[in-house]
Amino acid sequence: MSAAIALSGVAKYYGAAAAVRDVGFELSEGQTVALVGHNGAGKTTLFKLMLGLTRPSAGTIRVLGEDPQSKAGREARVKIGYLPENVVFSRALTGLETLEFYAALKRRPRAECHALLERVGLADAAHKRVGAYSKGMRQRLGLAQALLGEPRLLFLDEPTTGLDPLVRQSFYELVGALGQQGVTALLSSHALSELEARIDHVIILHRGAVLASGSLDALRGLAGLPVKLALTVSADFDADALQRLDNLGIVAGGVNGYRTLTCPAERKLDALRLVAGLSHVTDIRIAEPTLDEIYAHFLQGRGTE
Amino acid sequence: MAGILAIAKKEVLEGVRNRWIIATTLLLAALALSLSFLGSAPTGSVGAGKLAVTLVSLSSLSILLLPLIALLLAYDAICGEFDRGTLLLLLSYPVSRWHLVLGKFAGHLAILAFATVIGYGSAAIALVATGDDIAGWQSFTAMIGTSILLGAAFLAIGYLISAAVSDRGAAGGLAIGVWLLFVLIYDMALLGLLVVDKGRIITAPVLNGLLLLNPADAYRVLNLSGLGGVSQFTGMAGVSQDAALPVGGLIAALLAWITLPLVAAGLVLRRKQI
Repeated sequence: MSAAIALSGVAKYYGAAAAVRDVGFELSEGQTVALVGHNGAGKTTLFKLMLGLTRPSAGTIRVLGEDPQSKAGREARVKIGYLPENVVFSRALTGLETLEFYAALKRRPRAECHALLERVGLADAAHKRVGAYSKGMRQRLGLAQALLGEPRLLFLDEPTTGLDPLVRQSFYELVGALGQQGVTALLSSHALSELEARIDHVIILHRGAVLASGSLDALRGLAGLPVKLALTVSADFDADALQRLDNLGIVAGGVNGYRTLTCPAERKLDALRLVAGLSHVTDIRIAEPTLDEIYAHFLQGRGTE
Repeated sequence: MAGILAIAKKEVLEGVRNRWIIATTLLLAALALSLSFLGSAPTGSVGAGKLAVTLVSLSSLSILLLPLIALLLAYDAICGEFDRGTLLLLLSYPVSRWHLVLGKFAGHLAILAFATVIGYGSAAIALVATGDDIAGWQSFTAMIGTSILLGAAFLAIGYLISAAVSDRGAAGGLAIGVWLLFVLIYDMALLGLLVVDKGRIITAPVLNGLLLLNPADAYRVLNLSGLGGVSQFTGMAGVSQDAALPVGGLIAALLAWITLPLVAAGLVLRRKQI
């Protein structure tokens, strides 16, 4: 099966400034991918390029097998859902009217709209004007329009801003369920920690270029960040235990009944076996390096480039 | 086609919601009714039908008002959506930029046509109902039709402004400038030229050409001298004899003033980076 998205050597210049440079990646169907980067790293520009809203200065883009700038590419957008950052709707129309308008543009039946409003939890507000919606409700309406027409590809730019934790949860469940059905989702977010459990690929952008790309595990391996073990202890380590930890290259820290062990990723199991055998260790929690830490690692020393 | 229709429908719906339609219809009806009952008082019981006299004053009013209404509807159509960020989402749909311009045009034209037909039509019906004879109704109908064409021309000019300028404020200013130019300044400048020139360079054919270069003038000549023999009430009888512009040519000029800016707006928008 062909890739859902294929980019190679893509660059976009606004005047002399590069918004995106030499970006290349391929995403296959059903992948949930996080596009991570600071503000102005080129995330939104990449979305615009893939939607054919702006022309690349160099490189080729294929979305669902078509060039987004071509007529076929425009038609392919029937199968793409896009939720822009800070989505805005006409304030004069009701939620249902707004959704029906977008359904007509995708040539979808109006009947679909009710079901979608139900799905994002806006059924009660369907006949209220969008002007009276809260930020979270507008965001949910934005999500509803992105889901029109059973898209095969979702572009979600900062989708969870303004959503409360409960809605965020159900939002990610929705995206996860769509991924099961083969929908490719590309989402950008600042809230890295909440993405972690739901994605199978990460692309880290920095100043318009891809800094690192791969699965979360692969990036963890690449970064070589240590694993942290948080222990609850009834008594402090004796000299023997400390020596054995030291032999494994593990650094012990912490105070008063809590110890933190920082150990190289490849020594994780050794460390676990060791501390599990210590009678005064009453609890162990493992903290793998988070996406935040991986992101910070890859960005180190790049800030002034 | 479905896209054009959906966009047009949305514009009309918004026109209903933000009361543009009701406001313009009431404005045009109020002006038309007051002109037809107060304005025709000086004619007393002379042979001229009230409808014909009303037509003359109404078309003079249309030249001022309809371009203004059309420009106000249109100047915001593209740059406003760009500013608010709604254009980004709209163009991520399978909609071409031509569809956007044509859909907006169709929707706004429907609003304008509704306001003109109901507003001016109500005046005609009121006149006939109060015992005026029905003579001159063809001219009156033609006046309504050409008024819509005039509005359409300024809608198209408005989209061109809206697509070319990315700032809403600048677009609004430019729209007012265009209105002043075509509706007021152009005629005054032309008049001044004619006085200074004394017919040396600006001969009748040149004057004809100059009149066609302004959609408002094309409309004026069309209604005050071209159609339905009302020229004797307008003081344009002499002009129209000298400047013999055929009705067909005048209508063609108006149609060109609709088509060319619309195409230009589409071309400008197509090059625009969102």
